Amino acid sequence: MNRTDPTGRTDRTVDVLVVGAGPAGLALATRAARAGAGRVEVLEREEEPGGAPRHCHHGGFGSPPLPWVTGPAYARRAVAAALDAGAALRTGVTATGWAGPLTLETTSPSGLERITARAVVLATGARERPRSARLVPGTRPAGVFTTGELQRSLHPHGHHPIGRRAVLIGAEPVARHAARTLRRTGTQVVAMLTQHPRATALPGIPLLTRTTVSELHGRGRLTGVAVRHEDGRSGVIACDTVVFTGDWIPEHDLARRGGIALAPGTRGPAVDAAFRTGTPGVFAVGNTLHGIESAATAAAEGAAAATPLLAHLSGTPWPTPGPPLLVQPPWPGPPRPTSRPPRPAPSSSAPPNP
Amino acid sequence: MSVTTRGPLPGGEYDVTVIGAGVVGSAIARELARFPLRTALVEARDDVGDGTSKANTAILHTGFDAVPGSLESRLVREGSGLLAAYAAESGIPVEPLGALLVAWDEDQLGVLPGLAAKARRNGRHDTRIITAEEVRAREPELGPGVLGALEVPGESVICPWTTTLAYATQAVRSGVDLHLNCRVTSITSGPRPAPDDVHTPHTRHALHTRHALHTLHTVRGPLRTRHLVNAAGLHADRIDRLLGHADFTVTPRRGQLIVFDELARGLVRHILLPVPTALGKGVLVTPTVHGKVMLGPTAEDLDDRTATGSTAEGLALLREKGRRILPALLDEEVTAVYAGLRAATASEDYAIRAHPAQRYVTVGGIRSTGLTASMAIAAHVVELLAEGGLPLSGARDPRPVRMPNLGEAFPRPYRDAGMIAADPEYGRIVCHCERVTRGEIRDALAATIPPGSLDGLRRRTRARAGRCQGFHCGAAVRALFESEEPHR
Repeated sequence: MNRTDPTGRTDRTVDVLVVGAGPAGLALATRAARAGAGRVEVLEREEEPGGAPRHCHHGGFGSPPLPWVTGPAYARRAVAAALDAGAALRTGVTATGWAGPLTLETTSPSGLERITARAVVLATGARERPRSARLVPGTRPAGVFTTGELQRSLHPHGHHPIGRRAVLIGAEPVARHAARTLRRTGTQVVAMLTQHPRATALPGIPLLTRTTVSELHGRGRLTGVAVRHEDGRSGVIACDTVVFTGDWIPEHDLARRGGIALAPGTRGPAVDAAFRTGTPGVFAVGNTLHGIESAATAAAEGAAAATPLLAHLSGTPWPTPGPPLLVQPPWPGPPRPTSRPPRPAPSSSAPPNP
Repeated sequence: MSVTTRGPLPGGEYDVTVIGAGVVGSAIARELARFPLRTALVEARDDVGDGTSKANTAILHTGFDAVPGSLESRLVREGSGLLAAYAAESGIPVEPLGALLVAWDEDQLGVLPGLAAKARRNGRHDTRIITAEEVRAREPELGPGVLGALEVPGESVICPWTTTLAYATQAVRSGVDLHLNCRVTSITSGPRPAPDDVHTPHTRHALHTRHALHTLHTVRGPLRTRHLVNAAGLHADRIDRLLGHADFTVTPRRGQLIVFDELARGLVRHILLPVPTALGKGVLVTPTVHGKVMLGPTAEDLDDRTATGSTAEGLALLREKGRRILPALLDEEVTAVYAGLRAATASEDYAIRAHPAQRYVTVGGIRSTGLTASMAIAAHVVELLAEGGLPLSGARDPRPVRMPNLGEAFPRPYRDAGMIAADPEYGRIVCHCERVTRGEIRDALAATIPPGSLDGLRRRTRARAGRCQGFHCGAAVRALFESEEPHR
């Protein structure tokens, strides 16, 4: 039933409300809808559903025995599966805050809503820390990117290179993908640097290990990055583009606004082994728990969370919080779902809130 | 009414030209726009408020700590009230949070009574010294070791970007020509009458007929004007020298600032000002009207007037001081780091000088209080121009402007059902961290003074000003900006 209050906000109710139509949220919605969870609605603030894989124009998505596909193909498949299962998918809708423990406020071109659900799932993903959050000093020129912005800026077959000479900060898989993307679109990658002692190099791109970026130079447009090796050597690499890769942080904005306890190590919502947060009825899945993992891993979490979610809908009581599951660097990986239910809590102490 | 960004400047003669479209120059242009004069506002950069004005601590001061009896003290006191009223009329966000000057050691505690006395001499009788317990109750997240504080109730935070843009927008809509990308390289002045003659209407007329003019040679060609105002900020002394004066020198004082994410906003309720002692001024922690928390500034005297970069040492210093003031702040994400240059001079006061014989006024040495004092400085400067013979008759009030709200404490389009119903573009959020809608970006691109860069768009909408710094929205915002560019 829809009602509109005097401020123009419409109230609605659903059974399951999933925030984020990426691999984790879609996988959960698919399972839940297929199992007859009632109205399963997925909110996506972007114009297109599918999440981060939409921007990854390279293979390697999916998991055996399915064929490996490109990111966009993987995203299309995940969207189709959710729709086939009967989930409702709404794009261009942003959850802006909470109006109650299981009630979200939303904004979209069609207006303001207040949606109450029997279960809320946070599947809001992660982002990379930008240059400012890494406290890299220097000027503030144009030409400074994260991988996320780079991927969204470059059409896969576009003819507008984003710069002439780029330096990549980081050498993990996402950085190597960024390097390939840059080269394909006509930008020369002049160096990749990592603070770690070793990493996998790409042919034709110098890899500087044990090296950090110490300053950005340039007014208007970037002209170079100052770098420093841990042995004290330093220098400036001339470039007009720098891409900061990795250093993922969960998108925990909505969780924090809802007073949901975070795991201190990851800054994502603290969950038990059944993806339950400290707030009854609120689940969290995917990369919002732990920064970046593969789409297949995120989807596996979403699918696994469907079981405890269905149990919650059928009246299984929300357990009092057990011992918090602490994840600390180096990340051993996401909390894995277990086949047995979580043990009853030895005490009623809540997980620590950072 | 026009804004030009390239090509030759209009011919003919301007009655008065203001060099520098920062907060002070824009305020002066707005004040001049009240009169039936042909006025130009020329700016070296591609946007208004793109120099010192964009990178300050964004506080609407009471002037409680100015040097009593100084010009700055008077103009800050007058300007504070003028700007508060103008902000309410124009939609410039202001939050009257009040300030606490927190004492962390006996030296600082000992300074507070003197500061309260100074405040009284500056006409502020509402300050009060409060106990450590009261400070702790009002700011529970403060670090250990607080000994007491001076409370200054009238201090507010304001949006510096909207302030400058409102002045300039109102000036342009009232007929002022704004010329951007228009750096002044030299100035030649024509024959001028003897100084003691200029005050009579007769000589004023004679002056015009004898074509006694300043010709500004700019990177976009010449511009001729009868009267001239130098509000060039960091470059005011250079312009002054072009007119034969050398009575002050600008020493750029760099202030580095760290802005923390909106999720830190709950940690602090007041503007936490440092207590100035012989050992230095310290740094402040303040909420911003954009819903974030600011830490800074450093104070480094430099020679280089373009050194707006941050440094590892500066950021480390800020973090060390911030950790003492508000320990939990350091666990929050940083959204922006920047550095601004204040136009400091050797003097403790503003260097506002009239040269009536030259029909020229210098507005120099305007430091961080310039935002607060801007409207009073403008009124003062226009009076000084009149001494040089500028005819000030036929004044009328300019049509009010209403600026888009960037303040977090006020209704924003993404939460306004009426606006979204009338125009769904206000429900289409593009920048997710800051909740900036496509409608707001479209409006900014079509405004009286459109942004010249993505940074200018950020100052008008907050797009890309949030925690992700463009990870999610950067490409979309750039595409919207570039789709408008060819039409400008």
